Amino acid sequence: MSALVVQGLSRHFGGVQALSEVSFTVDAGERRLIIGPNGAGKTTLFNMLSGIFTVSGGSIVLLGRDITRLPPYERARMGLARTFQITNLFPRLSVFDNVLLALQAADENAFALHRPMRASRHLYRRAEALLAEWGLASTAAQLAKDISYGEQRQIDLILAMAVQPRVLLLDEPTAGLSAAEVVRVVALVHSLPREMTILMIEHDMDVAFDLADRITVLHQGRLIAEGDREAIRANPQVSEIYLGVE
Amino acid sequence: MNVWAIHALNGVSFGMLLFLLAAGLSLIYGLMKILNLTHGSYYLLGGYIGLTVVRATGSFLLAVAVASVSVAIIGALMERFFLRRFHLQELPQTLLTFGFLFIFADLALWIWGGNPQTMPKPEAFGHSVQLGAITYPSYRLFIIGIGLVVGVLLWWFQEGTRAGAMLRAGVDDEEIARALGINVSLLFTLVFALGAFLAALGGVLGGPIMGVYPGADFEVLLLGFVVVIIGGLGSLKGALVGGLVVGLLDNFGKVFFPEFALFTIFVPMALILAVRPTGLFGRE
Amino acid sequence: MSEPAPIHTRPWIAAGSLAGILLALALPYLLSSYYLGLVIKMVIFALFAMSLDLLIGYTGLASLGHAAYFGVAAYATGLVALRLGWNVWLALPAGMLMAALTGALFGLLALRARGSYFLMITLALSQVLWGIAFGWRSLTGGDDGLPDVPRPDLGLPWSLTDNTPFYYFVLVIAGVAAFLLIRIVNSPFGYALRGVRESETRMLALGYNVWRYKYVSFVLASVFAGLAGCLYVYFNRFVSPDYVHVVRSAEVLLMVILGGAGSLIGPAIGAALIVLFENVVSAHTERWLMVLGFVYVIVTLYAPRGLTGLVQDFRKRSARP
Repeated sequence: MSALVVQGLSRHFGGVQALSEVSFTVDAGERRLIIGPNGAGKTTLFNMLSGIFTVSGGSIVLLGRDITRLPPYERARMGLARTFQITNLFPRLSVFDNVLLALQAADENAFALHRPMRASRHLYRRAEALLAEWGLASTAAQLAKDISYGEQRQIDLILAMAVQPRVLLLDEPTAGLSAAEVVRVVALVHSLPREMTILMIEHDMDVAFDLADRITVLHQGRLIAEGDREAIRANPQVSEIYLGVE
Repeated sequence: MNVWAIHALNGVSFGMLLFLLAAGLSLIYGLMKILNLTHGSYYLLGGYIGLTVVRATGSFLLAVAVASVSVAIIGALMERFFLRRFHLQELPQTLLTFGFLFIFADLALWIWGGNPQTMPKPEAFGHSVQLGAITYPSYRLFIIGIGLVVGVLLWWFQEGTRAGAMLRAGVDDEEIARALGINVSLLFTLVFALGAFLAALGGVLGGPIMGVYPGADFEVLLLGFVVVIIGGLGSLKGALVGGLVVGLLDNFGKVFFPEFALFTIFVPMALILAVRPTGLFGRE
Repeated sequence: MSEPAPIHTRPWIAAGSLAGILLALALPYLLSSYYLGLVIKMVIFALFAMSLDLLIGYTGLASLGHAAYFGVAAYATGLVALRLGWNVWLALPAGMLMAALTGALFGLLALRARGSYFLMITLALSQVLWGIAFGWRSLTGGDDGLPDVPRPDLGLPWSLTDNTPFYYFVLVIAGVAAFLLIRIVNSPFGYALRGVRESETRMLALGYNVWRYKYVSFVLASVFAGLAGCLYVYFNRFVSPDYVHVVRSAEVLLMVILGGAGSLIGPAIGAALIVLFENVVSAHTERWLMVLGFVYVIVTLYAPRGLTGLVQDFRKRSARP
């Protein structure tokens, strides 16, 4: 079963056609890179996949289920997770509480009014373990808005992966990171379990070609090319739109 | 049948006053994302200042000019010295306009007292005219006329000028605006002043029909809100349509269910929220 | 959020709390009936403000019409106590139920929108309610309101018409309510509310049904506001459209902002301060409304995060070397 089937997906809003008739299929366990110049519609695509943007036309089938009209939190429940291009943490909560909330989402007590949060010991232990695993235990008490950008991007990843998603959307995970930090992120993505399907938006071509099984190229809201690394590298249209950008 | 026509015209003329108010509210919100709670005060002050000028000089025209311009200046000062500090921060701006709403309400009470006052109609429109089978006050027709003229002018401004284009786009991007050669901070002040001007115009024009009294600010603010909830916040068309709808409903409500007049407004508001929360012409 | 207090301060906190409780219990013997009445008012409004803090401070939903639930409950309790002779054990829940139903309805409408629309709608809905209270004379007494609501009869040897027993009555109820609110904000539900406040999109992406959290928070806030309203109508033995007027909503909002949204204790203190302040100002001038407006402007300009914000800033500055 394919992890994700996108068919004729379109979005127009405010007189702008943000996405036009985009169709592609992602196999389970695939690492699919979405590339394209600014304004190509990549984040729009992610927003539609995660349910934040409405669909004007077409359909999305995730893990065999049509999610085109499904609200975002239901998609998350199905095993879809994402990171955000612009840092989207809980700024005035501690790093620890950020992770705690991510872990609590799937917990049966997430709506409990009467018991204290502290009683959810299993969540606390898991949060501590996650932070330790990532080497971020020292930041636990700090507010998310007060840690460094690189650390924030890492928390962004932790939040997305906390509940072991089946399909992960990574929106420019290396943006703004130092060379050393980029290496770490790439190593991380390589280390993710093969059962996890990953779609990733990337501007850094080296990273993109390093990680990709297949690459989908968007330009001005349309899908203009798709294929493995060699095919994309050789594609004249792709070179044309990237001339001067590379 | 004639009675219906009279009530309908009453509703439409009142609706035009609401349009002036709501247009100002929408303009300010559309451009600056400020929900101006002081808007009701501008209406109130417009009425009171107009009243004072009419009593002092006998000239209705002068009253309209002085009231609208002076309140526009008050609005400009508010924007320049208070609201500007909290650019795009919704809650502080709302709190500030809330605070000023109370300051002005009490100020008006202090200066003009607690008794409801009446404003005389201008002599030019003091008579009634024959419209087919009915006799109708020309003043109310005058108001309808003014409303239409203002509507057309605002429409031209919005569609035909660069500043208007910015307004329609619901500008967040000041860089683009500057690139287009628009002085953004001046525009903000001017549009805010324009909004205040319109509200005060409504207040002074409404004086002869509704009287000028304490509490008009809250009443009119509520109606203004209902208008933009129904019509859509940030839309000129919505302000007009919403204004007419609320004007008619309010009027018929007061005629048929005086004790429950507010229900006639509540129900359509609830309906719109249930079906189309951003209003008939609003955008998300 | 919720780091336990540093160990060296714990004995102080415990001692301070104990002293506070003892003082609260001893107050009727230290104050005249008039000033005791003022304290009762402070406690009631502290509860009212805390209910709004649940909505603003924890869920991030600023409401300009919170007095709606305060007033609806007050009218409901007042009416059943006055016209049907219901005793407090029925009248109080009746009031809270009306507040809950109103909150459930208004929440459904208001939560269809966000941001400025939400603000407008909460204000508009509360004003519609005011219009009904004002206009429906046969039910509500209109502008004159409902006088002579009897103080609760608990069947105890002490009549609650006297402020001293009434004070303890209010203290117990408000205390239990405050305890419940604290419990709620520190529960998984409460934590999720904070997440909603900080980033709705992230919460949705994590799998939380954000609307449901907001709605439940809205209804809970209205229930607690309603409880405050019930206590207030018993205190004043009177209810009028003022209970649901915009000014009332503005006062409680200021209490939250002044005290510092998101802490529960901040708004409670803010409430006490505003009640006291209003008492002092009203003794000297009729211009309370103008003063209220000025306080709004001043607090927004100079202390937007309220007193708790000022305290936090002060701590940060003292901590720096």
